[in-house]
Amino acid sequence: MTIQFNKETFRDDYSFKNSDWAIQRFPFPFHEDSYMYSVNMEQHRGGPAGSVYEKRFDVDEHYISEMEDRAMVLADDPLRCQSLPHMTLAGWDLLELIMVSKSEDYPDLFELHREGDIWRWINKPMGIDDTFTFLDETTLPYGPMEYITRQTQGDFCVLDQRDDNLWMDAGMVTTQADWSLDFDIGMNFFEWHAPVPLAHEKGIFKRALKFLLNIQQGAPARRLNWTMTVNPLLDTSPENYHKWGIQKTTLTPENIGAKQHLRVELQSFFRLPRSNALVFPIRCYLIAFQDIVKSPKWGRRLHRVIRDLPEELATYKGFIDNRPMMLDFLSKYDDGLPTSPGVFPDNETEPALQK
Amino acid sequence: MSKFQFPESIKSRPVYGTLKARPGKYHLMIADAEGAEAILHLHEQDAGLMAKAHIIYIPKGSNLGERLRAIRPAQYYEGPTYEAAASRIERVLEATHMGTQIYLTGTEGLMGQAMRACMNAGIPHTAIQTEHRGSVARRMQCVHCKGITEDVETDPFECSHCGLNLFVRDHYSRRLAAFQGVCIDAEDPGNVPEKVELYK
Repeated sequence: MTIQFNKETFRDDYSFKNSDWAIQRFPFPFHEDSYMYSVNMEQHRGGPAGSVYEKRFDVDEHYISEMEDRAMVLADDPLRCQSLPHMTLAGWDLLELIMVSKSEDYPDLFELHREGDIWRWINKPMGIDDTFTFLDETTLPYGPMEYITRQTQGDFCVLDQRDDNLWMDAGMVTTQADWSLDFDIGMNFFEWHAPVPLAHEKGIFKRALKFLLNIQQGAPARRLNWTMTVNPLLDTSPENYHKWGIQKTTLTPENIGAKQHLRVELQSFFRLPRSNALVFPIRCYLIAFQDIVKSPKWGRRLHRVIRDLPEELATYKGFIDNRPMMLDFLSKYDDGLPTSPGVFPDNETEPALQK
Repeated sequence: MSKFQFPESIKSRPVYGTLKARPGKYHLMIADAEGAEAILHLHEQDAGLMAKAHIIYIPKGSNLGERLRAIRPAQYYEGPTYEAAASRIERVLEATHMGTQIYLTGTEGLMGQAMRACMNAGIPHTAIQTEHRGSVARRMQCVHCKGITEDVETDPFECSHCGLNLFVRDHYSRRLAAFQGVCIDAEDPGNVPEKVELYK
């Protein structure tokens, strides 16, 4: 299908909206009626047609507006995109991976023409047609990582691999769930995850690291993570927390369906060929509560997950104060019926709400 | 005795040890305030170290400098602040060779900044010995304005640059040599809890 790109905002008047298509394909993160941390990795080799898992780098109706929002964030704070000096080669690896993937997966939107080192990149939705020399930074308007991630949805962490660890040594981070690249850059896997509660004790990070260190070229992996955001605000950065934190207090029983968003990260992991770095795209999808509950299974399940979530996690994810109001809203969409296994909405087969 | 037992914390928080005399061709010791006591302790362990030692000391009001001089290190420097000593430290690190032992001791701010200088000179942080002595004050970065506030002793505290009320997180960046300070009243402006001395 041809994607109709939305003209919308993720700030101020918050005109962001999901179409029915986007709601149907939303990456709902709960495969059962409860949630606890797990490594939950799977191969990233496609998925059901039309789903967000199908392509290597999903492009959806929010593409243009997300890129405009990123440009605004970077204009306000250039420190959101940083690359330590030894990471330039990994930046070129990433540029190649994205250009090749997008031109193969979306030939109607992106084209890549290569004649030796002379590459021509055409990004039709953004009106870009650039010719440059591969591995020659002087031929691009930005460094290679910044250039391509200004044109690709999702945050990107580029991780150097050494000493049996992964190091956050480069990144483009403008749609983050409250963590700072500028603070965390240069940290290893355990250090940048240090503030996460419970998961260290459960051995999650040790197992995850072991898995990630062994990711091979051509065999990417993926997992989902989630949190909650009031208003469809992409830039929930700690840098700006003193500005957006107050928005969490604006929920009322009347507006919660429209204002409260489930925020899901589709995280994927690709080995890069020249640098042996690992790129970790973190793609953020937002959906309003009122759109989630359009699928009866998702409404039932979200209520049960939020109700039973351990207090530490609700605190860490920043919605402990709003949880009672969320449950008041969600309980109206839980009739106690069982739910089918798996993340998909199964709207054809799941029973309609019985209350 | 000015050793402090830090409580268990998260993985990014530095853990300090006790300085041990190690064999080496050259011994670079950087200390502030009560850190001098840890160096005197090194001297007790192995007085021979001092013939190959360079001590860089920032007294911060303490009077232990004379005692350091008295153990007769090969080189001795005393400076008023870390910033004043920074270019000297960088110059010394530039010239260090394999077989150099590095000892950092004193406040977290001193050790953090000296460790950063070592890392910038290509010395892995895991190869550097540290021992905390003296004040438990922290060097904090405001995550909002990025300004550094030195010697923070209370939680919360006011950012010395932008004036926001910040709470003290244990999250630590070796690259910035600082802990992270985050606005404490973002969700309830003006509701700032009373300041409490760190670790109290």
